[in-house]
Amino acid sequence: MRQRKFVRNIKLGMENLLLHKLRSFLTMLGVVFGVGSVVAMLSVGEGASKDALEQIQKLGSNNIIVTSMKPADEEVSSNTRSFMSVYGLTYEDHQRITETFHTLRQTAPAKLIRKEARLGEKFLELRVVGTTAAWFDLIQRPVIAGRVLLPSDEKDQLPVAVLTEFGARRLLAGENTIGQSLRIGGDYFEIIGIIKSETSEAANIQIPDQEIDVYIPLTIARTYYGDTTMRITSGSFQRERVELHQIILQVDGMEHVEPTALAIEEMFKRFHKKKDYRISVPLALLRQAEATKRTFNIVLGSIACISLLVGGIGIMNIMLASVTERTREIGIRRAIGAKRKQIIAQFLVETMVLSTIGGIVGVGLGVLIPILITHFSGMPTVITPGSILLPLCISVGIGIIFGLYPAVRAAKVDPIIALRHE
Amino acid sequence: MSDSTKLSAGPDIIRLEKAQKVYHMGTQEVKALAGMSISFQRGSFWAIMGPSGSGKSTAMNILGCLDRLTSGRYVLEDQEVSALDDDALSELRLKYLGFIFQSFNLIPQLTVQRNIELPLYYLGLDTLESAERSKELAHKVGLEGRLHHRPQELSGGQMQRVAIARALANNPQIILADEPTGNLDTATGKQILNLLLELNEQGTTIIMVTHETDIAAYARQRLLMRDGVIERIEGEGTGQ
Ligand SMILES: Nc1ncnc2c1ncn2[C@@H]1O[C@H](COP(=O)(O)OP(=O)(O)OP(=O)(O)O)[C@@H](O)[C@H]1O
Ligand SMILES: [Mg+2]
Repeated sequence: MRQRKFVRNIKLGMENLLLHKLRSFLTMLGVVFGVGSVVAMLSVGEGASKDALEQIQKLGSNNIIVTSMKPADEEVSSNTRSFMSVYGLTYEDHQRITETFHTLRQTAPAKLIRKEARLGEKFLELRVVGTTAAWFDLIQRPVIAGRVLLPSDEKDQLPVAVLTEFGARRLLAGENTIGQSLRIGGDYFEIIGIIKSETSEAANIQIPDQEIDVYIPLTIARTYYGDTTMRITSGSFQRERVELHQIILQVDGMEHVEPTALAIEEMFKRFHKKKDYRISVPLALLRQAEATKRTFNIVLGSIACISLLVGGIGIMNIMLASVTERTREIGIRRAIGAKRKQIIAQFLVETMVLSTIGGIVGVGLGVLIPILITHFSGMPTVITPGSILLPLCISVGIGIIFGLYPAVRAAKVDPIIALRHE
Repeated sequence: MSDSTKLSAGPDIIRLEKAQKVYHMGTQEVKALAGMSISFQRGSFWAIMGPSGSGKSTAMNILGCLDRLTSGRYVLEDQEVSALDDDALSELRLKYLGFIFQSFNLIPQLTVQRNIELPLYYLGLDTLESAERSKELAHKVGLEGRLHHRPQELSGGQMQRVAIARALANNPQIILADEPTGNLDTATGKQILNLLLELNEQGTTIIMVTHETDIAAYARQRLLMRDGVIERIEGEGTGQ
């Protein structure tokens, strides 16, 4: 019964608004654009940050990544013709870490060497990753064919290789290639598996694996290629000795990630004279990215809210004019027996109908804009239920807030004066 | 001036005692009603007359529960109106009173039917009930063919009929009419008066303000006002 009355009030409100179609439409526009811009901005913001968050999550939020880095001053002194720079992580570092920290569940040390590979007639420059079976636990990628490295490969020093999907395609390898031999540099490896490759598109985040990787046991990499690499750049030799290029550590719990990273940093400071390593903590990046996302949303949200506010003020303005214009009607209704609160309800329903319809149309517009943005610019956008519901609620709220004052003004109209009003 | 004036027998539906309404215009005080006492019986038909500014409209606003007395008592159907709050006054208007104005006071955006239905909406009737009732009322005032017209498409007499139908919608005990024929020609005015007379015969109390003696002649009692007080009363039961 009550509900029927409510529906009837809304119907009456709509009827009244339809008496002034153009005016109601123009009044609504403010809310339409306000809500539309809130929805659009939130979805653009959400899209940008979701991209970053996904990249970080690929790194593993329980992981710590320690990477060898050529120290800055080394660069300067290596001007001499054939200088050997020695830096980076060592096997000893790796051993020390695994022995010291009981919060570590697994570690995956890796040697990274660029080599040319050949399969049949095809050549491809690959990044050879000499690592252990643990790598595939820490950087989990779907296996497309065959298998990944096993601890036994390492122990038995088997010359086996795991390709990425990308590498496999370039070398024209497929499922039938499993078991064939791949030449890397001057050595032959048996292809045992193909895994899905990941590309890191967000430029600022470096994920540990690349699409041009080929994975071989660390022990093999060490015996085949040694620790010294030689590069010829602009006529001068550059010899480098790096034992391990990267160690990925998996911590046993999220709460241990940051303390462990700090302790490792302390350890490295003690054992490395130069800063030839970098410790990155995906979890910290994740937190940072989430914080950035929050600020981003707040800034965008406030800008959009200002436009909603403007829409609300527009509604209030028109409703105040409408109250003046309808003074006589209000007087008549009051004389007939309408209570003040019924007059308030009448005007409030009208503003709320305006702002709610405006809100719904605005959501339509706000959903359309990001779709167009993504379609034409390729920029990622994400529409979440929250980014639709929030502006919709705000627009209903705006109807109440900005409708209340005109409605109260309407209810205060003195019927005697109103009836004399011409 | 004559104090409490009791006329023909029958219970009072309205009683004013020493009713005063004072307006303040800057430093000046205007006594629109200056201590007026009178009773109206159930089922009576009154015409209030008097020169311009004598307080007729002011009295009607008080009787219509649209305004409050500055001092004195107003009793409507045994209720002390002066003691009621705004919501209760609205309730009284809704339940007991029907208004007819000189300038009709219809809502121009609404159709005849919607105008008539207005009190029914506030009484809480549902759409079907009120549609039925508004048709009945339109028939009663002879406007059954005009339900879906807007007021501006009607003649003055027709508009006043709509106003009467609206005033009747809530089955009021009392109809208050402030110069109901003021904007109508004599012939139309008489038609409206006949309608009011008919209602009075059915038992509705009618209080009507008018300037015209021949219109006032329809009423069974006449109240003459001057400067906010009763100057004279004539008609049935007064011996005049
Ligand atoms: N709102 C008001 N503020 C101040 N004075 C008022 C107000 N309403 C009425 N008055 C004064 O009260 C007196 C009575 O006014 P009222 O309208 O009751 O006269 P009336 O008898 O209806 O006159 P008319 O025949 O011209 O309609 C007048 O002197 C008028 O100026
Ligand atoms: Mg008057």
